[in-house]
Amino acid sequence: MMASQNPETETPVTNPDIKKRQHWLSVLAKSPLKPIEKVWAEYRGFVHYELIRPPEIGLAMVQARTGGTGSPFNLGEITVTRAAANIQETTGFGFIRGRNKRQAELMAVFDALLQREATEGELITKLIKPLDRALKAAADERSAKVAATKVEFFTMVRGEAE
Amino acid sequence: MYVAVKGGEKAIENAHRLLAEERRGDVSIAELDVKQIQHQLKLAVSRVMTEGSCYDEELAALAIKQASGDLVEAIFLLRAYRTTLTRFFTTEPIQTESMQLCRRISATYKDLPGGQVLGPTYDYTLRLLDFKLAAEGGEPTGVEPAAPHNLDAMPRVMDVLNREGLIEPAEPSGMPEEATDLTREPLKLPANRPTRLQNLARADEGFLLALGYSTQRGYANSHPFAGEIRVGWVNVSLTPPELGFEIEIGEIEITECEMINQFKGSKEVPPQFTRGYGLTFGHSERKAMAMALVDRALRCDELGEERIAPAQDEEFVLAHSDNVEASGFVQHLKLPHYVDFQSELEMIRKLRAKQQRSANLTGEENSDG
Repeated sequence: MMASQNPETETPVTNPDIKKRQHWLSVLAKSPLKPIEKVWAEYRGFVHYELIRPPEIGLAMVQARTGGTGSPFNLGEITVTRAAANIQETTGFGFIRGRNKRQAELMAVFDALLQREATEGELITKLIKPLDRALKAAADERSAKVAATKVEFFTMVRGEAE
Repeated sequence: MYVAVKGGEKAIENAHRLLAEERRGDVSIAELDVKQIQHQLKLAVSRVMTEGSCYDEELAALAIKQASGDLVEAIFLLRAYRTTLTRFFTTEPIQTESMQLCRRISATYKDLPGGQVLGPTYDYTLRLLDFKLAAEGGEPTGVEPAAPHNLDAMPRVMDVLNREGLIEPAEPSGMPEEATDLTREPLKLPANRPTRLQNLARADEGFLLALGYSTQRGYANSHPFAGEIRVGWVNVSLTPPELGFEIEIGEIEITECEMINQFKGSKEVPPQFTRGYGLTFGHSERKAMAMALVDRALRCDELGEERIAPAQDEEFVLAHSDNVEASGFVQHLKLPHYVDFQSELEMIRKLRAKQQRSANLTGEENSDG
């Protein structure tokens, strides 16, 4: 088992390179496939990669905490897909929730490209920033609709009718 | 005991074909699409994912279609599927306090910080059949969005109570307890709370609902309040060894319920409120509430309460909560028990004959006398 279990280590990541990578991996994992494919179409012609781990579907056990903040317990599993790709000596990884093999593969390729100086800047601009904006917009839209259901309850004083 | 039987292949094959035909129903009516189930029968999908103990909306929807809408059968299908997959990871514990909310209510505070947010709820619907839905009536009118920042900062209701010290902490002992993973190890009793919570999270909603209800009606006398119910989306993070740092791999929707219960106190502990916790995949409010009630009832030993009711009986609750196991054992009665039954038949016949003989004997004795 390759499980990682470090519930008590909440050391914030300070390395700026890791922080950047965490951000783009998160954005690529949560975004829909379509816009990722669209950007890939521009790169497909001249990027050669080797799939060192073809996309593979498996499970992850989701932990939660007793009472929200107490000891961890096993809530249930989620399906996950992982992949790894090499572009020359750079290895990129794809880890996503769900069973989208194509997305895990493209994520691994883009993770490798994003780690390479020659392509990082343009991909941040072309891929990561627009995807991030779209995710935030979708989250805001969801919240805005929910916010419309916020209520003020008034307690009625019970008493004899006059 | 049941025995293997031979034959019947043809009949079984035909039964499967007939089932497929029945599932499809009238072919002049459009076939149900898995995507339609996933998006339009969301609450059924939530239940199948929760009790199937595997979050994957598409698979749950497929299972519902395959099971002709029999949710317990669909749960079984999903559980069976998961056994074909390798476990790659264990995630970091999800942080429910930072969920993106779809709903948040409290029955204990009218003016709680952050306010009450109803979200998509059936609570205030009239429960009158809506014939507009039957009449293929177009798109819903939709809701006019408000400012999303209205949803900022929603502290846990428990933390509000905690400030006054009137409620126990989430971990009353202060000692973290190690969870057993029930998908890999058998249930051992007594089970600690994290282990019980995994069992309850997978448990049948109907079973927990009935048990939770029983505690309200006086079988355990828990006097509960719905402290807080939250529905929303949380990030799922894990640390792949290849990377060595934590990454987010997506979001899942969850329902969380914190029940607040009266506690008169004991020799060691002053009177205070205690907690019960419920957590499910998707939007499964009734299940989360029932789970919280049963979680609290099962804490009777820890709180020094007298064990008097079924919902407090750990062995009874945890051993009968799983609907895949329960359904399997009840339904195995359909398997051939011919040999078993034959021997029972023999025995009854023998007993009858014996009884008859002794009756005859007594009869003769009586007539002799």
